[in-house]
Amino acid sequence: MNKLELSSLYQLTMVRFKLILREPEAIFWIFIFPILLAVGLGIAFRNRPADVLQVGATTAQLTQALASDKGLTAATMDEAAGTHALATGGILVLAIQRPDGVAYKYDDTNPDARTARMVADRAIQTAAGRREAVRAENELVHETGARYIDFVVPGLLGMNLMGSAMWGLGFAIVEARQKKLLKRLVASPMPRWQYLASFLLSRLAMLVIEVAAFLGFARLVFGVPFRGSLVELGFLCLLTSLAFSALGLLVSSRARTMEAASGLMNLVMLPMWILSGVFFSATRFPAMIQPVVRALPLTAAIDALRGNMLQGMNLGQMIAPVGILLAWFVAPFAVSLRIFRWR
Amino acid sequence: MRDGTQNSVLAPGTGVEGNGPSLLLRGVRKAFADVQAMDGLDLEVARGECFGLLGPNGAGKTTTIEICEGLTAPDDGTVEVLGLNWRTGAKELRQRIGIQLQETQFPDKLTVEETLRLFRSFFRRGIPVEESIRTAQLEEKRGARVGGLSGGQKQRLAMACALVGDPELLFLDEPTTGLDPQARRHLWDVVEGLKQAGRTIILTTHYMEEAERLCDRVAIMDHGREIALGTPQQLIATVGGEDIVEFAVSSGEAGGHATGHAVVDAGPLRAIPGVQSHRVDAGLHQLSVSELHKAVPRIFAALKGQGLHLSEFRTHSASLEDVFVKLTGRNLRDE
Repeated sequence: MNKLELSSLYQLTMVRFKLILREPEAIFWIFIFPILLAVGLGIAFRNRPADVLQVGATTAQLTQALASDKGLTAATMDEAAGTHALATGGILVLAIQRPDGVAYKYDDTNPDARTARMVADRAIQTAAGRREAVRAENELVHETGARYIDFVVPGLLGMNLMGSAMWGLGFAIVEARQKKLLKRLVASPMPRWQYLASFLLSRLAMLVIEVAAFLGFARLVFGVPFRGSLVELGFLCLLTSLAFSALGLLVSSRARTMEAASGLMNLVMLPMWILSGVFFSATRFPAMIQPVVRALPLTAAIDALRGNMLQGMNLGQMIAPVGILLAWFVAPFAVSLRIFRWR
Repeated sequence: MRDGTQNSVLAPGTGVEGNGPSLLLRGVRKAFADVQAMDGLDLEVARGECFGLLGPNGAGKTTTIEICEGLTAPDDGTVEVLGLNWRTGAKELRQRIGIQLQETQFPDKLTVEETLRLFRSFFRRGIPVEESIRTAQLEEKRGARVGGLSGGQKQRLAMACALVGDPELLFLDEPTTGLDPQARRHLWDVVEGLKQAGRTIILTTHYMEEAERLCDRVAIMDHGREIALGTPQQLIATVGGEDIVEFAVSSGEAGGHATGHAVVDAGPLRAIPGVQSHRVDAGLHQLSVSELHKAVPRIFAALKGQGLHLSEFRTHSASLEDVFVKLTGRNLRDE
C-alpha cells in the first residue's frame, strides 16, 4: 500500500464516494431528477410565439370580428355551450350578442381572461368602425434571461444542492449509527473529525459533477445565461452545499432511526421548498413574514445564484445572502459537533 | 518498539512494558437506570491468555467488555488496560487493542478488502490487509460485497477488522452468537489460530462449549458479579462428578397415559456410591456422578425398587453448563 492508501482521511473519503456511486437511487435523485424537472418546466413554460387566446361568440358575425385579431382564435357556440367551455377552460371569454350591444362573460381573477376580454373588445369595437385616437406602434423584445426557465434554473440548482447535501449526509450518518458502525468506528483509533470531514470532502467531489451536469444541460438545451463570474458561481455553490451539509449534520446528530431522521429532514426542508422562491419569487409572500423568508438558507442561496447568473452581480453586491449562508454553515456545524451522538 | 527477530505476522506486537497483566479490573461498578450491570467486579488477565467471560444474557458481560474497551465509563473502580487507563491513555490504547463488537453492520456495498483497507488506515502500524484476510479465512470473499456475506463470514470480517492493527489485546464480544454450528466451528478455528500465535484474547460468550474449547481461564458472571473463576477443568471439577445423568420417570404401568411426573424418593439415589448430588428441574432429575459405569446399574435398580418407569434417560460429561446450574440453580439458556 502506498502512502495515500494508508491515510485514513483519504480512505474515509473514498469509501463515502464509493458508497454514493453504488447507490443507484441516489444517482437518480442527485443527477437525473433535477434535469428531468428542468426539462418538464422548460416545456410547460416555454415561450410560445405570442400566445393565441381562445374565445367564443354567440353569433357568426361576432366570431368573424374576433377572428380578425391575430391574437385570438374564435369559435361560434350558443350560450350554454359557451358557459360550459368557460368552466372547463376551453375558452377564456364568451362574447354574447345582446339587443343593446355585447356582453363579455369571463373570470376576472384570471389574468389571461382579462387580457382576452380587452383584446376581444378591441376587435369588436374596431370591426364596428372605432378609430384610435392616438397612433400606436409595437417594438417587440425577446431577451434571454427574462424567461421563466432562466428564473427557475437557479432555483432548481439551489433546491438540488439542499436536497443532496442534507439527504447525503443525514441518511448515511443515521444509517451508520443505527447499524452500530459509528460505535465500531469510535472504538478504533480513527480521528472523529476525519469522519465528518470525509462527508464534506466527498460532497465537494460530487458537487463538481452535479453542478456541472445540471448547469451544462441548462446552458446547452435552454441557453440559460451566465452573466456573473463562473468562479464566484462555483464559490456560491460550494457555500450553499456546505451550509446544507452542516444542517444535515445537525439534523442527524441525535436521531437513532431512519424514520426519525426522515421526519426531521422533511420538517426542515418543507418550509424552504414553499417559501424560498424556487418556482416563483419569494417576494410574493406578505411583508410580515419576509424577515423569516429572507433568513432561510435556501432563500439566500437562490437569491445569490440568481444574482450571479441572471443579473451578473459580484459577491460584493450580495453580502447579505452570502453572510446568511455563512452563518448557516458555522452555527449548525458548531452545534452538531457538540451534541453529536457517536453510538 | 518491536523485536525484529520475532516479527511473525500472526504474533502480537509485544509491548516494552514487560509482563504486567493485560487487563486489570478492581471493584468496577456500573448501573444503568435501575439495573446494576456490574456490581464490584475484579478481573485480571495475563498476557498471552485467552480469557472467557461467561454468563447468560443480561449478566453484564457486554457492559464489562465495553468498559474494558473504553466505550463505557464505569461509575466506580479502576480499569487498567496494558498498564494504561482510559482517561489519560485513550489515544495510545486505541492503537494497541483490537475490538469486535456485537452486531456491527459494515456497509453492505463495500467489499471485504475495501472494508479492511479502511480499518487498516486508522492504525499507525499493523499487519497487511492480505494477512488479515488470510487469518480470517476470507480469501475467496476478498472482492465480494459485505452485503452478500453469510453470518459467519461477516463475523470473520469483523474479526479481521479487529486484527488489522496487530493488537496486543483482542476483545471479542459474543463472536459466535446467532451462527449455525458449522460457522461457529469455523470461527473457533480462527480464534484457535490466534491463540496459538500468542495473542491475548478476551471473549464473552453464553455458549459453554465455546468457553470450554477456547478459553484458558473462564469467569462465570451472573447479575453483574463474578460467581466463579478458573480453568474450565477446575470449574467442572467443582460440580463433583465427571458425568451428569439426567432422567425423567412415570409411575407404574398406567396404560402409558400417565400424566405428570411421578414422585421419586431421592434418598436411595443419593445413597448410591459415586452419586454426588441430585436436583430436579421441571420433572427432569439430574445426578452428578463419578464412575458412571458402576453407578448407572444401581440407579436403574433404585428406580425399579420404587416401582418407577423411566421415560427419559441420558448421560453427558459434566460441562460448564452444569457448573452454572450448580452455582445458580438456573439453566444458562433459560433467560
